[in-house]
Amino acid sequence: MEILSVALFASTIRAAAPLILAALGGIFSERSGVVNIALEGIMLIGAFFAMMISYFGAQFGLPPLVSAISGMVGAIVFGFLISMIHAVVSIRFRADQVVSGVAINILALGLTGFLLQLIFQTSGNSPSVPNLSAAPIPGLANIPIVGDIFFNQPPIVYIALIAVPVSSFVLFRTPLGLRLRSVGEHPKAADTVGVNVFSLRYLGVGLSGVLAGLGGAYLSIGQLNIFTEGMTNGRGFIALAAVIFGKWNPWGALGACLLFGFADAVQISLQNAGVNIPSDFLLMLPYVLTLVALAGFIGRSNPPAASGVPYEK
Amino acid sequence: MATSEESTRKSWRVRVMLVISPLLQGLILPVGAIIMALLVGAIFILVIGKNPITAYAALIQGAFGDVFSIGETLENTTPLILTGLAVAFAFRAKLFNIGGEGQFLIGALAATWVGANLSFPSFVHLPLTLLAGIIAGGLWGGIAGFLKATRGVHEVISTIMLNFIAIFFISYMVTGPMKEQSALDIPQTARVAETAQLAKILPPSRLSAGIIIALVAAAFVWWLLWKTTVGYEVRAVGLNFFAAEFGGIKPNYNMFLAMVISGGLAGLGGAIIISGLFLRFQHGFEPGYGFTAIAVSLVGGNNPPGVVLAALLFATLSQGALGMQNVAGVPQDIVLVIQALVIFFVAAPQIVRALPQWLEKRREAAQAAAEGAQLEGGQA
Repeated sequence: MEILSVALFASTIRAAAPLILAALGGIFSERSGVVNIALEGIMLIGAFFAMMISYFGAQFGLPPLVSAISGMVGAIVFGFLISMIHAVVSIRFRADQVVSGVAINILALGLTGFLLQLIFQTSGNSPSVPNLSAAPIPGLANIPIVGDIFFNQPPIVYIALIAVPVSSFVLFRTPLGLRLRSVGEHPKAADTVGVNVFSLRYLGVGLSGVLAGLGGAYLSIGQLNIFTEGMTNGRGFIALAAVIFGKWNPWGALGACLLFGFADAVQISLQNAGVNIPSDFLLMLPYVLTLVALAGFIGRSNPPAASGVPYEK
Repeated sequence: MATSEESTRKSWRVRVMLVISPLLQGLILPVGAIIMALLVGAIFILVIGKNPITAYAALIQGAFGDVFSIGETLENTTPLILTGLAVAFAFRAKLFNIGGEGQFLIGALAATWVGANLSFPSFVHLPLTLLAGIIAGGLWGGIAGFLKATRGVHEVISTIMLNFIAIFFISYMVTGPMKEQSALDIPQTARVAETAQLAKILPPSRLSAGIIIALVAAAFVWWLLWKTTVGYEVRAVGLNFFAAEFGGIKPNYNMFLAMVISGGLAGLGGAIIISGLFLRFQHGFEPGYGFTAIAVSLVGGNNPPGVVLAALLFATLSQGALGMQNVAGVPQDIVLVIQALVIFFVAAPQIVRALPQWLEKRREAAQAAAEGAQLEGGQA
């Protein structure tokens, strides 16, 4: 069986990386009490601006690596900005968070399509731009098998893998994390003891913008070197599924993303190998598993108590 | 005698006002939101150096310029009315059906199967085809309703998941068991039989009789919601779950039922788009009506007449967009931006109210700063 190879596991990690970043963002947002179905839109914005800024960097004669890194930073900035729309609308104006999320997703699709047409006169693919391709870590990359799977990846993959323990530490081992979670479980109680509910919720949503934006950047300038209209293709929703399947816990989400990434990698390698089995069922897997998990058949998955409820002083 | 006549006339007038004034009040928010969104859209258009008036004129021309465009706009309205009604009906039970897209597609697939594989005289085949869409969509919505009622699964998440499950299931069916057997290897189903097709009613456009069915469905939903026990119970559950339960209504059953009916409406939309327009299911068909439906339902105030008007508005935007791009050189995706803005403004009307206040504050601050500078200048 050629399928179970080192390359398969390496591509599992690559497929999982953007999901991991977006899912961690979703966890911060939902733990603070703001439902975030806007991950899809934020990722798309990140993917677009990473490409655009990398493109203009190259136009201004910056070295490719500098352009690509600026693109990555741009994705973070614009991911943050778009998430702030969601934050202001759902925290300050107390709109329905799901409705706001839906609007962000439509806005992202419209805005990226609009700019793609305006700047590049195309409605399909952007021109190719400098990207952040595989950067083997000296020494570690030479370890057999493990080196190829973990240490010979694009930089954003490393960031994703490091972000998991960092997020877990911040959420469960720091005062900030405790406050963030308290605001999502019982904002009134948190407010009573002097925790600023609003600023923590802005922080939670802002982090989702930063992380999902970075996840989006991986799609355009990590995995590829172009932007394609609607290229997130449901990954934001898979990340949302991973948040739930992983029970709003970074390690759980990591496991879910690896599982979903594995399903994706298997499907791609089967297709490349010309094996004609219906890959649609593999692609369906994340969503079915999430439904099953939600229904409580494999350990019940409960959201933070105040998630989705606007806070009113 | 005269006074009694006067009082009947007065009470008649009061009654009319009672009906009209909430309607008018209901109109202020969506109309205000649409105007705001168009204004912000105009700013976008100005920023890219185009003329918003020319652009919007081209949009209207593209949507209503001739019989063909009018028919196409109405053809686009049909699925939006039905998916919009689906979202609105579920909203009445306080359920957020984000799964209109999945229910629509599953309905379309079921209708395709019945339309292409069975053979009956038209008066049986056509209703059967549409019914297949209703049943399949209803089942798909019912899964979410069942999970909500029995396991407490939030319908937003379950319907998102069910959308993707539907998409991949359909992809499998269209490239596998239901794929057309032909020399050309195209991933699509066979064509729906003549007997299962809706009539075209406005040639040369592709407008089918589906629009009439959609309007009847809107009237039906209105009747169901406000004139039947089912509607009363669904609304009671939406207004107050526990009060409804205390009043002897089974809230869980009604939530399930609301999702079935909601899914059935979206599924009917899918059936109509197949038997009235596309006549077969092509691989990758994901028109996104189920998502626009959320905007349609919000703007329409979750009310059937409002949904019809809002569906027409969004169909106009999407139909006119290409004309706007070709004539005025404004990228057509601007209509998605406008659509998103409408949702924001309807969902958070305080934004619309806060904006003038904020501008006023800015103006006052600027004035104060200018006066301060003047004073300083005077002192110097």
